[in-house]
Amino acid sequence: MSAERTFEYIGTRPIRHDGLDKVTGRANYGADFTLPGMLHGHVLRSPHAHARIVSIDTSAAEATPGVKAVITGKDIPKTNAKLSLGEAAMELGPMGDNALAHDKALYEGHAVAAVAATSPEIAREAAEKIVVVYEVLKPVMTVDQALAPGATILHDDLVTKGKPLADAPKHTNVALRMELKRGDLEAGFAAADLIVERTFTTPMVHQGYIEPHACVARYGEDGQVLVWTTTQGHFIVRDASAGILGIDAAKVKVVPSEIGGGFGGKIPVYLEPLAIVLSRKAHRPVKMVMSRDDVFRASGPTSGTKVRMKIGAKKDGTLVAASASLYYEAGAYPGSPAGAGAMCVIAPYTIPNFMIEAYDIVVNRPKVAAYRAPGSPAAMFATESVIDEIAQKLGMDPIDLRLKNAAQEGDSAPYGPKYGPIGLKQVLEATKAHPHWKAPLGPNQGRGVACGFWFNAGLNSTATVSLSADGSATVVTGNPDIGGTRVAQAMMVSEELGIPVERVRPTVADTDSIGYNDLTGGSRVCYATGMAVIKAAQDARDQLCARAAKIWDVDPSCVAWERGRAIPLNGASDKEPLTVSALAAKMTATGGPIVGRGAVSAPMAGPGFATNICDIEVDKETGVSRVVRYTAIQDVGKAVHPSYVEGQMQGGAVQGIGWALNEEYIYDEAGHLENAGFLDYRMPVASDLPMIDTVLIEVANPLHPYGVRGVGEVPIVPPLAAVANAMAGATGVRFTDLPLSPPRVLKALSGA
Amino acid sequence: MSTIHVRTTVNGEPTEFLCEPAETLLDALRNRLGLTGTKEGCGTGDCGSCSVLLEGRLVPSCLVLAAEAIDREVLTVEGVAVGDALHPVQQAFLEQAALQCGICTPGLVVAAKSLLDRNTNPTEQEVRFWLAGNLCRCTGYDKIVRAVMDAAEVMRNETSEVRA
Ligand code: FES
Ligand code: FES
Repeated sequence: MSAERTFEYIGTRPIRHDGLDKVTGRANYGADFTLPGMLHGHVLRSPHAHARIVSIDTSAAEATPGVKAVITGKDIPKTNAKLSLGEAAMELGPMGDNALAHDKALYEGHAVAAVAATSPEIAREAAEKIVVVYEVLKPVMTVDQALAPGATILHDDLVTKGKPLADAPKHTNVALRMELKRGDLEAGFAAADLIVERTFTTPMVHQGYIEPHACVARYGEDGQVLVWTTTQGHFIVRDASAGILGIDAAKVKVVPSEIGGGFGGKIPVYLEPLAIVLSRKAHRPVKMVMSRDDVFRASGPTSGTKVRMKIGAKKDGTLVAASASLYYEAGAYPGSPAGAGAMCVIAPYTIPNFMIEAYDIVVNRPKVAAYRAPGSPAAMFATESVIDEIAQKLGMDPIDLRLKNAAQEGDSAPYGPKYGPIGLKQVLEATKAHPHWKAPLGPNQGRGVACGFWFNAGLNSTATVSLSADGSATVVTGNPDIGGTRVAQAMMVSEELGIPVERVRPTVADTDSIGYNDLTGGSRVCYATGMAVIKAAQDARDQLCARAAKIWDVDPSCVAWERGRAIPLNGASDKEPLTVSALAAKMTATGGPIVGRGAVSAPMAGPGFATNICDIEVDKETGVSRVVRYTAIQDVGKAVHPSYVEGQMQGGAVQGIGWALNEEYIYDEAGHLENAGFLDYRMPVASDLPMIDTVLIEVANPLHPYGVRGVGEVPIVPPLAAVANAMAGATGVRFTDLPLSPPRVLKALSGA
Repeated sequence: MSTIHVRTTVNGEPTEFLCEPAETLLDALRNRLGLTGTKEGCGTGDCGSCSVLLEGRLVPSCLVLAAEAIDREVLTVEGVAVGDALHPVQQAFLEQAALQCGICTPGLVVAAKSLLDRNTNPTEQEVRFWLAGNLCRCTGYDKIVRAVMDAAEVMRNETSEVRA
């Protein structure tokens, strides 16, 4: 089936339909909307990391000329509502409290009030006149502080979900403890010839999307709400805003703008509920835009982590036992990806005996959001560093050691289900065969290799394909396009209907104009929304065949579809094939408009595996390091548009390199973020990097008609350990704490 | 404080507007002239998404006052293409898939154009250092650097054709 299918459009590299608008500056992003009479909102944020809000006096702000509305936590209802998202649920209470604090400020930058005024300057000046009386509390900044006996408790009503330890205290900062186990751990370690155990830490880092959060909301006197916003999921914005504010979702229409990056950080709502409430109070549209400082302090980072990892191996390299404890910072409210981390941590390997525990821990930092393969990079940094050390101590090639233990089809994943066809072995073989792996290294250089794993999501998607009378087509979906999914969807329509890609117009529709779609995330759009698109195109194709049957006056079973034409089968063989254009031209006469529909609830998407090879050069006098060569190898299932698949691999690798070498949230003792800007939060720039070579391995995913697998997230998983392993090669020092910034490297080298 | 009357040239058009003394060129372009192609990623000169040319010089418009444009020429991303003829850099970005989300693209197009205005034969290293002030979080820069090198080649060939 899919494996043998030959494709005409899938696998080619057409120019994306939205490209021209983006290279000429015409494309509209979140901050690019304006409406007549629009006001500008400004958020007042807590200067304290942990404080009870005693009182808020807004009178001076309200009296300022030009100010049209002021709101505080009192204007946002407290709610217990939840939003279902696949298997998971989003708690709307914490999301609302995070958008505007009710009783306590839980991190520096937590919103406590908001103002709408006739200009951004007036709004900002008025916000500064709001008098908030705080009772400052001791901040809890790290997992160690949060777990210490007698620790300050962030939420009085927090109880540990999952499997709390028997002797766990009743008042706690641990929101969740989970366990995964298999086999006999003690016997496993007893049978090992070599055991390596180390503790690893990774810092809190930000997704770093270049476009700050931004929206415009208009509340009508009839209760109808319009929101324009930059988001990964406008249906989530609709349902979350409606749920938090207690409005009917059908009263809210959300129009997604072009989105300037998200990586998981543009899933929660931050500004939208405030803009809606300000607009309701002011009777005018309200625009809200975060500054970069706001983005760092009050949106999205991912968890800082501590992972204790212990792996036992036989002399021949067989891994026999593993135990891991994962401690993840959730930020101010429960919800770190600790559980996902636990499920990923040894997913590439068949280890018969293991015990993994994971803790979700609240601290006085911003509430974490998803970040590309959430939970996996930090977990696999630990595993892949220990595996590298085992290989080194056993004198084995690190790829051979991995190959010996690599999971394959039929093996049970540590988190339960059996793997279907997966490409880990093929990826490892390709890594070993790559010229990079054998290339000579220069002085002060080291080479590291590491694996990565991610589940990939399925979830719900809707698509429609409509034909025009001239034989061109439109495809409409409901997933914001962050990295080229529209062109991929058009290509799928081309593949099914035989219409050239440039005659298919792909569109991302607002919440009123297409059926429900889950978010753009989980590497699911090309896979799951793609399935909906293919279904919709096939529905249109079936209708085209039925029209041909009508024109030929034959039974529909006498018509088949081939390369963009209806062709006659037995019983109609005297007829001439009819092209899409010919059929579309007769559309109104043969039964009316042709609209294909596809709606899917896609299963989990087939796991993705990747490896990276990293060469690093270290200046031992300054501790400065440079990545000098980098190769990413990944099982992508089937690359629909290979350029954008490579782009995902390259971008993910570079985000991971940044995480490994430079990026970190730096807090002072009082819990103030000291580097909330791009100057001090150092993301990789063009001159830091070499080209990022890519190798695409295609092991077809049987869940998808073309074999597509999610590709967007797994690329960020291998780099952390690939870089650290390269550093170990270059310096002889095994680093366990990221980032490997010059001062840290220098310190380790002078201590060594 | 009173507003300032700015007479300037934007993308070749004589243009005038009133602005506040402290208003940035970025805000004036976006909010007064409707030229929203120039983006704000940071407002502090660190990301390059607001890049424009002022008298042919590459500047972050978030660090330039609108009043500094008086009697000078400003080129924004909207002025890089001439009619329906894309600049070779724009065409190369499309062909090389050098954008994912595209928010950094306007700044990068302007920055790359300003490099190629000076040097149509840059090395990879020269491209990487020239673009070091423009953050892109999506692409890892690989395809961006390739696109700029390709555009340089196209421009070299164009000049040699003209000479021939
Ligand atoms: S917005 Fe001007 S450099 Fe970032
Ligand atoms: S393409 Fe998204 S920041 Fe460059």
